[in-house]
Amino acid sequence: MSQEVALEGVTRRFGEFTAVRNVTLTIRAGEFFSFLGPSGCGKTTILRMISGFIDPSDGVVRIGGKDMRGIGPNKRPTALIFQNLALFPLMPVWQNVAFGLEVRGVGKAERRKRAEELLGIVELTESADKQVAQLSGGQRQRVAIARALAVEPQVMLLDEPLSALDLKLRQYMRAELRRIQQRTGVTFIYITHDQGEALTMSDRIGVMSQGVLQQVGTPLEVYNDPATPFVASFVGEANVFTGRIGAANGTLGQIETEHGIYTGRLGRGARSGEQAMLFVRPEHMRIGAAATAAQNHMTAAFTHAEFEGSFVNVFSEGGLRKPVVAQTRSDPSLLRLQPGEALPMGFDPTDAVILPFGDLARE
Amino acid sequence: MESKTARLIINIYLAIFLLYLFAPLFVMIAAAFNDSKFPTVMPWRGFTLRWFSDLWADDRIWGIGDEDGRLGAVANSVLVGLAVVVIAVPIGTLAGLLLDSLRGRVRSALYACMVAPLLVPGIIIGISTLIFWTRLGISPGLHLSTIGQCSFICSYVMLMVVARLQRLDRSLEEAALDLGASHAQALRLIVLPYLRPSLLTAAVLAFFQSFENFNTTLFTRGGANTVTIFIASHIRTGVTPEINALGLVLISLTVIAAIVYTVRRGATAAIS
Amino acid sequence: MKQLVDRYGLTLTGAMLLATFVWLVGMVILPYLVMVDFSFRPNLLPADVGSERDHYTFDNYETLFRNEIHFVVFLRTLWGSALATFLCLCVAYPVAYFLAMMATPAQAATFLLLLVIPFWINEILRTFAWFIILAYNGPLNGVLRLLGVIASPVRWLSGSWGVIAGMVYAYTVFMVFPVYNAVLTLDRNQVEAARDLGAPLWRIHWRVVIPHAKPGITVGCILVFTAAAGSYIVPSILAAPGTRWFTEIIYQWFYEGQNWPQGSAYAFLLLLLCLVFVFGMMRIFRVGLSDIAR
Repeated sequence: MSQEVALEGVTRRFGEFTAVRNVTLTIRAGEFFSFLGPSGCGKTTILRMISGFIDPSDGVVRIGGKDMRGIGPNKRPTALIFQNLALFPLMPVWQNVAFGLEVRGVGKAERRKRAEELLGIVELTESADKQVAQLSGGQRQRVAIARALAVEPQVMLLDEPLSALDLKLRQYMRAELRRIQQRTGVTFIYITHDQGEALTMSDRIGVMSQGVLQQVGTPLEVYNDPATPFVASFVGEANVFTGRIGAANGTLGQIETEHGIYTGRLGRGARSGEQAMLFVRPEHMRIGAAATAAQNHMTAAFTHAEFEGSFVNVFSEGGLRKPVVAQTRSDPSLLRLQPGEALPMGFDPTDAVILPFGDLARE
Repeated sequence: MESKTARLIINIYLAIFLLYLFAPLFVMIAAAFNDSKFPTVMPWRGFTLRWFSDLWADDRIWGIGDEDGRLGAVANSVLVGLAVVVIAVPIGTLAGLLLDSLRGRVRSALYACMVAPLLVPGIIIGISTLIFWTRLGISPGLHLSTIGQCSFICSYVMLMVVARLQRLDRSLEEAALDLGASHAQALRLIVLPYLRPSLLTAAVLAFFQSFENFNTTLFTRGGANTVTIFIASHIRTGVTPEINALGLVLISLTVIAAIVYTVRRGATAAIS
Repeated sequence: MKQLVDRYGLTLTGAMLLATFVWLVGMVILPYLVMVDFSFRPNLLPADVGSERDHYTFDNYETLFRNEIHFVVFLRTLWGSALATFLCLCVAYPVAYFLAMMATPAQAATFLLLLVIPFWINEILRTFAWFIILAYNGPLNGVLRLLGVIASPVRWLSGSWGVIAGMVYAYTVFMVFPVYNAVLTLDRNQVEAARDLGAPLWRIHWRVVIPHAKPGITVGCILVFTAAAGSYIVPSILAAPGTRWFTEIIYQWFYEGQNWPQGSAYAFLLLLLCLVFVFGMMRIFRVGLSDIAR
């Protein structure tokens, strides 16, 4: 059983400061939805409003169509996985998992049985009688999940649960969480600042900055079709060229920058004559011979290359505030480049998007 | 660090200081065995245990129900002590929980009010309690002593609870609520178990503070005897080394308690 | 208020407020107010209460200033408590400094425990032990004569000296802990730096350590002074005849004079004395109530 969660014009103020500004969206039942944004963007506040620890200053939070105002966190059909997990230190693992049942008056034998079942789902049956302090980070994660699942919530809320784990474990847990979500069919609302997580796990993503919902869409949409400069620069990497839009022709438009006139896809709100930014991702930047074949090109001075395993980031000085980055598969010829050497770079219009001038994500 | 002479001086000072602290205890213990009508160590009249047997036989101390139906001093002290624990620990805990949830000026003001009784001389607590309740028609007695003692013992309990609560992770309470616990359940299943060590210590502290209280009890007791009142009244009027024997008993109990405390402290420190 | 109810629920919040109210109002504020009110009334028989003889008056307070003996006792209490406080500070300061700056944490913990053990034993018994020690034929005189320090026994328990000695013994603990906690927060390097710059020992303490330990010293002084001024046991056992303490006079008003209003007035004056000292100390050394917690 899962429910949809609707936010209608939800705003939250703390004194003079507005943490969440007029957010409206509907998260579908059974969906894995992520709120993505840097710290301070308001995603934690939204989560706490959905779970019931704070009330919106304006607007309505609905779960399953029902207005949740006045309903406390212990009466909502939600379960929250805290960032620090908040496992009860004085109880063994199984009692932690069975806590939700205990407060509902379920008998001891029955609770133990259910706890063991749930620990089975997260693959921790042998740890049932251990103390929380004896478990590793990843194991505690799974106990927290089992504990939340025990109360059979209709909406699961997860507050950056993987941020404290190391890389390999994080990658494993991403798959685990997705698996559990698909198996139980519960609506998952996940908040994170890590766009890799959001992109791999979610059905849809809501990108937030400074309390405002920038864009809601599938990972593909958010990545390829960013709605604002913030989204374009926060989700994935992007090279940015600033200028004014010249000719516009249906889906394509031209932007006049100090490096040249480039053609790209027109994004939302991009209009002729306006100040704008063009975004092209490193993996779409071509270098060398391939660059000259592209419709947009420039010549930059090679500075250095960073080898990251399966790909190489090539940095060049193009007279921009930041170096122009091209990402390409490992290529032996790259090793022969000398710093200062002229490097042709180019990209296709369909790989670039032009958006109205706006705030970028802070580095 | 410091120079050698400085170290030597301070070590001598500390040795004298410790001697100064413990000298009365040794004298007290020694006098308990001196066969002299008046408690003293000089002149030494010979070793005896008769003061201990006197102590054991003294009904005014141990008695339960003399011809006036009054309880002996020890029984009274214990009863008052238990009553104080039963009243002060819950009140102090509730006050501590309240204070922990407040911030800013309200918190400072309330904290000041709660700590103030610790600075007021015991006799004034006794007098004010006496007058207040007698004006309401209640005559003096150990019940008033209990109330008077509670006024400042609650402060001790509150301080201990607040200190412990400051280290409690708020998200544990939130997690409990989120999983469906009612407020009462969250308190009972999460907060109170966490507070338990402090509550036990507070209860013990409250009992001992009550047991050895004199100034407040003096004004409110209305004729009844507690152990401290008994000792004090007999020091002025015809005292025998029976007092010292009693002192030795109390000293031994204290030392045992201190040892138990240190051992438990070491044990709990290892766990937490 | 809302956060309270959110965190604890309505019933529990109500219980907390009720408990705090019963405690602070019923056991602390109201009794003091009633005592003060009572102190302004004449000493009436129960029948006369509420009649035209029952009026507010300053008589009970004037008694102290008109009665020479009582006034002397009041001053003696004031002076004696101040002296005891100062002596406690002198005795406790080196101990606190040593524990905070020169001892290892383990040594400090042991020493503090040793310090506290005598304190757990009943004040009456400890004070009585001093009575035995300081008696004319007691062990102190005996040991001093044995060591040849004095020729004939000294009457230690003359005047208020016995009382002061007893108080210093009883209340030094109150001074050690706050000062220790305060000095503990001082960075040892500051002392090192001062010594490095050539400062003599007394100056290091006067200019570096003591200013830093001010909050602790203030708290300690407050605790000792109020304990000393309000002390009943120590003066009643160790005072020489004819040198009573103010608390004893208060007791007499209640139990021998049967004049409760008069006793209340004196009690209130004692409270005022303590309050003046407390706030005076707090003002002079700029310390807040929040610094007072053990």
